[in-house]
Amino acid sequence: MNENTSGKKALSMALLIVGFVLMLAALYFDITKNYAGLGAMRGMFLVLGALMVLAGIYFIPTVLHHRAIINFIFLFPLIFTFIVTVIIPMFVGIFYSFTDWNGVFYTKMVGIENYQAMFKDPAFMWSLLITVLFVIVNMIMVNLVAFLLALLCTTKLKGVGFFRAAYFLPNLIGGIVLGYIWQFIFSNVLTKILNSPHSALATTKTAFIAIIVVYVWQYAGYIMLIYINGLATVPKDVLEAAQIDGASDIATLFKIKIPMIAATFTICTFLTLTSAFKQFDVNLALTNGGGTVRGFMGKRLSNGTQMIALNIYNTAFARDQYGYAQAKAILFFIILACVSLLQVRISNKREVEM
Amino acid sequence: MKMKTSRAVILTIIAVLLAIYILFPFALVVLNSFKTQAAIVQNPISATGASFKQFASNLSAVVNNKNFSFWRAFGSSAVVTIISLVLLAVFGGMSAWVICRNKTKWSTVIYMTFISSMIIPFQVVMLPLIATFREVGKYIGLGMNGTLPGLIFAYCGFGGAMTVFILTGFIKGIPYELEEAAAIDGCSPEGTFFRIIFPLLKPTIVTVTILNGMWIWNDYLLPSILLGQNNPNKTLPVAVQAFVGSFVKSWDMILTAALLAMIPMIVIFLIAQKHIMDGMVQGAIK
Repeated sequence: MNENTSGKKALSMALLIVGFVLMLAALYFDITKNYAGLGAMRGMFLVLGALMVLAGIYFIPTVLHHRAIINFIFLFPLIFTFIVTVIIPMFVGIFYSFTDWNGVFYTKMVGIENYQAMFKDPAFMWSLLITVLFVIVNMIMVNLVAFLLALLCTTKLKGVGFFRAAYFLPNLIGGIVLGYIWQFIFSNVLTKILNSPHSALATTKTAFIAIIVVYVWQYAGYIMLIYINGLATVPKDVLEAAQIDGASDIATLFKIKIPMIAATFTICTFLTLTSAFKQFDVNLALTNGGGTVRGFMGKRLSNGTQMIALNIYNTAFARDQYGYAQAKAILFFIILACVSLLQVRISNKREVEM
Repeated sequence: MKMKTSRAVILTIIAVLLAIYILFPFALVVLNSFKTQAAIVQNPISATGASFKQFASNLSAVVNNKNFSFWRAFGSSAVVTIISLVLLAVFGGMSAWVICRNKTKWSTVIYMTFISSMIIPFQVVMLPLIATFREVGKYIGLGMNGTLPGLIFAYCGFGGAMTVFILTGFIKGIPYELEEAAAIDGCSPEGTFFRIIFPLLKPTIVTVTILNGMWIWNDYLLPSILLGQNNPNKTLPVAVQAFVGSFVKSWDMILTAALLAMIPMIVIFLIAQKHIMDGMVQGAIK
C-alpha cells in the first residue's frame, strides 16, 4: 500500500514536471516567435504538456481531495471548449461591435456609430422587417399545419406509422440541399405544370412566399411529432367521458385537447420562433437574398428576400465590414433574447390560467 | 358504422395526398437524376429520357468532380460527426454528473452559464470565433482554422450546453444511494461514473446523440466559415454549396449531387426510424 502511494507520487511528480516543461517550452517559442525547427512543434508540446499535467493531477496521491480533482478533470474538456468557442468570442464580439474591425484588425474605436448606421441603412431595416414578418407568418403556419397533421396522425388510420415517418422526412435533410431542390421545383417544375413562363422566385413577393412554403414543408413534420407526443398525454378516460356526455369532436378538440396540451404549444411556438429567426440555409440556397424592392426608405433595394442572418453574413464576408456586421449580430441577439423571454412569459401565464 | 368507414376513407385519402405532396420533391430528385440536362429542361415530371446508363454517367461525373469529390466530403462529414458525437457524449456525461452531484455555488454558476448560452444565436459568435481560432492558431501553432480537429473542437464547444442540459435532467433522477453503495464498496469516483452512471445514461445518450447528430451532419454555416469553400476536407453541405456554385443551372449534376447528399441520412433514418423520431421529440420537450 505504502509502496503503491510512493510510486504514484513519483509518477505524478514526473508527469507534472515534464508537462509544465513542455508547456513552458511552447510558451517560450510563442513569445520569441521562434516558429521554425522545434518551434514548429510548439502546438504539440502544448497539448502534450497539458495532457501530462492533467494526468499528473489525477495521480496525486490524496484521498481527501481526490473527488475535487476528479470534478476538475471531468469538467475541464467541455468548459474549456465552451470558453474558447462561446464565451471569449461573445465578449470579443461585443468589443468589436464598437470598432471599425475588418476581420483581421481594427484601427479605431467608433463608439456607437455601427449601431446608429444600421438604423439608417435601408437594406438592413428591410431585412429586419421581412425577418419579423417571416417569423410571424411562419410561426402561425408551421404550428397550424403541424397541429392538423398531428390530429390526422392520431386518428385510427391504417399505416399511421408510415405517414408520420413520411411527414417527418424533410426534416432530416439539411437546408442547403433542400433549398436547391426547391429552387429546381419553383423554377423548372412549377413553371411547367402551371405553364407559366415566370418562376415564383423571380419576383420578391412570390419568392418570399416560396421561402415560407419550403420552410413549413421542412419544419412542420418535426413540430407534428411534438404535438403527437403532447396529444398522447391527454388521458383516455377524460376523452371517453366527453364522448359519453355526447361532446362533438370539435368540442372535444377545443374544450379538452387544446387546453390540456398548452405546454406543448409553448414548446412548439418557442421552437418555431427561434428557428425561424435564425433561418439561414434555405434562404441562402433558395434565393440567396435576391429580389428588388422599389422605394423603401427612399431607396431601391436588391435584397428583397434577405433575412437578417444572411444580411449579417453578407455584410461580413461580401463587404468586409466585420465591425458593422458584428454590431448587427449583437442587435439580432438582443431582439432574439427579448422575444424568446417574452414568449415564454406570456405562454407560462396563459398556461396557468388554463 | 357506415358513416365511420366513409370518414376513415376520407382521412386516408387526405393522408395519402399529403404524403404525396411532402414526398414529391424527393421523387423528383430521384427521377431527374436519371436524365440528361436537356431532358430535364424539356419536361421535369415525365420519365422520358430516364435511363440507368444516364444515371451512371451523372453519378460518375458528380462523384469525380473536384469541387464536390463526394467520397472525400462524405468521409470528412462522417469523421467530424462521429468524433464530435463521441466526445460530446463522454465529456457531456462527465460534466453533467459533476454539475449534478456537487451542489456548490460553482456548479450552479456553470450550469446557469450553459443554459443561458443556449439562446445565443450563432451569428453573434461567428465572426469573433474565426478571429479567435486564427489568433490561437498563429501563436500556439495549432491549426484551428481550416482543419477538422478545429471544427470538432468548435462542435464540442457549441453542442456542450444542450448536451449537459439534457443529461443533467436525467442524472437528477438516478438515486444517489447507488453511488454511495459503490463508494462503500471501495469504488473511486471516476470508477463510479464510468462503471455505474455512464451505462445508466445510455437511453439519454441516444437522444442527445440523435439531436447533435442531425445538427452536426446537416450544419452548413460553421464548416463553411471554419473550413472554407475550397478546403479539400470540406464537409458534405459545404461541398454541395461549392459544387452548385460551379454548375449554374446544370440540374442533372445538381440533383444527382443532392441525391448523393441525402442518401446517407435517409439510410440511417430507415434503420433507426423509431429512435430518431423519439429522440427528436424527447430532446425538444426537455
